[in-house]
Amino acid sequence: MSIVFEKRKSVSRAALFAVPAVSFLVSLALTGIVLLIFGTDPITTFAAMFAGAFGSAHGFSETLVKAIPLMLTGLGVALAFKLKFWNIGAEGQLVLGGIAASWVALFLGAAIPPALLLPACILAGCAGGALWASVPALLKTRLKVDESLVTLMLNYVAILFAEFLYYGPWRDPKGYGFPGSAPFPDAAWLPKIFGRAHIGLYFALGLAILLWIILKRTRWGFELSIIGASPKAARYQGISVGGNIVLAVLLSGALSGLAGACEVTGISHRLQQGLNLGYGFTAIIIAWMSQLNPLAIPFVALLMGGILVGGDQVQLMMGLPSSMGVVMQGLILFPMLAGSLFTEYRIRKTKRTPKAACVEGEA
Amino acid sequence: MDLVSSILAITVRAGTSLIFATVGEIFTERAGIQNLGIEGIMLMGAVASFATSFYTQNLALALAVAVAVGMAMAAVHAFLTVTMRANQVVCGLSMTLFGTGFSSFLGQRLGPAANNFRLMGLKAAKFSPVKIEGLADVPVLSALAGQDILTYAVYLLIPLSWLYLYKTRPGLWLRSVGEDPQTADAMGIGVLKTKYLYTILGGGMMALGGAHLSLSYTPGWSENITGGRGWIVVALVIFSMWNPARAVWGALLFGGINAVQFRLQASGTNIPAAFLNMLPYLGTIAVLVLMTWWEALSKKIGAPAALGVPYMREDK
Repeated sequence: MSIVFEKRKSVSRAALFAVPAVSFLVSLALTGIVLLIFGTDPITTFAAMFAGAFGSAHGFSETLVKAIPLMLTGLGVALAFKLKFWNIGAEGQLVLGGIAASWVALFLGAAIPPALLLPACILAGCAGGALWASVPALLKTRLKVDESLVTLMLNYVAILFAEFLYYGPWRDPKGYGFPGSAPFPDAAWLPKIFGRAHIGLYFALGLAILLWIILKRTRWGFELSIIGASPKAARYQGISVGGNIVLAVLLSGALSGLAGACEVTGISHRLQQGLNLGYGFTAIIIAWMSQLNPLAIPFVALLMGGILVGGDQVQLMMGLPSSMGVVMQGLILFPMLAGSLFTEYRIRKTKRTPKAACVEGEA
Repeated sequence: MDLVSSILAITVRAGTSLIFATVGEIFTERAGIQNLGIEGIMLMGAVASFATSFYTQNLALALAVAVAVGMAMAAVHAFLTVTMRANQVVCGLSMTLFGTGFSSFLGQRLGPAANNFRLMGLKAAKFSPVKIEGLADVPVLSALAGQDILTYAVYLLIPLSWLYLYKTRPGLWLRSVGEDPQTADAMGIGVLKTKYLYTILGGGMMALGGAHLSLSYTPGWSENITGGRGWIVVALVIFSMWNPARAVWGALLFGGINAVQFRLQASGTNIPAAFLNMLPYLGTIAVLVLMTWWEALSKKIGAPAALGVPYMREDK
């Protein structure tokens, strides 16, 4: 008797919801075991994490501060992944967006009327992210160069370029040697909602709904889904595959660039160290856990932001390493990845020997 | 020691961890599996070996623990990508995320109570240079000969892994699995077994690279001790065109960039450092473009054709 995987005709709906939920529980259990090994009570720790992330106005605003860039980059990654374009460069696109927004805020402040400075920063951020994503998009569609490696490499180029700017030419002469640019003029500050949470939240929520509508309710979204499922079929339908991929990837980069623009105009108000906090990598987990559904992304991003803030909180309160949050995030994905098999395949026990199955497969 | 020899000595020292991990990833990718968890596995290897060395002062045991940890992580990667057919890119990235977080966690929990359970700032047994008599005065060779045991091991690893890959029967089987798993399967090679075996072996080598960092190159534990070396390795594998012998040049080049940077920073400028650091990443993109642009070249230099494609007998 042996076990055989059969491809499902359609993706299992039940598994689609159950797999992320079960994965979260498994990661809680695994983290709990780690905590127990080191002599810490997991229940108290998880309760403290939850209270720290969602239990107070301050904690919740910090959770939102992390969730906003996670939502935007998560949306960007999900859009590219829909087309099976493995954009793992959200981190670099975010950084380039931050650089472009900073450039406008720092050097065009005098030329642009104050009321338009902030919109100009935001648009520049989107353009910066899109520009950075255009490189792998064009290389992929024109020359068939593997996009996952190009986007990965460009992350580090962007991060190093930002370092060069704030250590070098953009460094604040009045900054006492602190690695960072001069602060932005007030007109380039993103308004706050409460605490440190800024109106980037509205952008993220609005864009999540917009992206869902585009993907599910428009002709273009339908074309994208055909391209994602089978580029060959799309070509037979007369859909321009390359052009649509470039367009979607530019949008994907623009979403991450927007995240970077929001970080510099909403949080740091200057270009400085700490722009690349790994949001672009966590975004991949978020997109995957959300099964690439734009409406699920804000909720998953909120959960992930909460885990990070909760990790910081247990460090302050219980002296536990804050990296616990990152460990938990990593642990969520393993059961997720294992579980995705069940959404696409049905497992069946057969009486055939593997050899017989192989012969049949050859026929 | 003259200037050239001293730069070469630093270059070789900096290149050791890179070569261990690069050869590990070459074996993994030759079996058709891409493991982007290198950075995480190297970090876990570094923290595990340092903690073992601190408590036991036994360097052999420290290396063994690192290898075991690396193999265990790679085994999870193999299980998820081979058996469960998970997306290799996403799985590797989560391995790195997990390794980065967990190594940092362990670094703050495995230490002695006297040091607030931290491993930072502690001293442990480390590998020291072993001089080879008679070579100490020869100009270039003195730089190669004044290294630690792990670097000497790399001198052996490069030709041996090249021989294994290109001149032995198991090496041929391995390459055929990465090129054309269907044919390999038909020939009776255990495709899934091969993928597991070399992914796990590769993980052990990546962890050794991490151990070299915490036990020799920069002795001690600090968070993110790898400083992005795991990603440079991804670049190096492409640069070396999946050939362990060519990995030397790439590793020396990037080790050299490291060494030159030391000099530049010592002389007070660090602006060009950012651009020097970009070179490996930009160079990799250039190689990727050339490789795909000229596909005949790609076949000649041997990118495994079935890299990243899960192997399924049933799907036809």
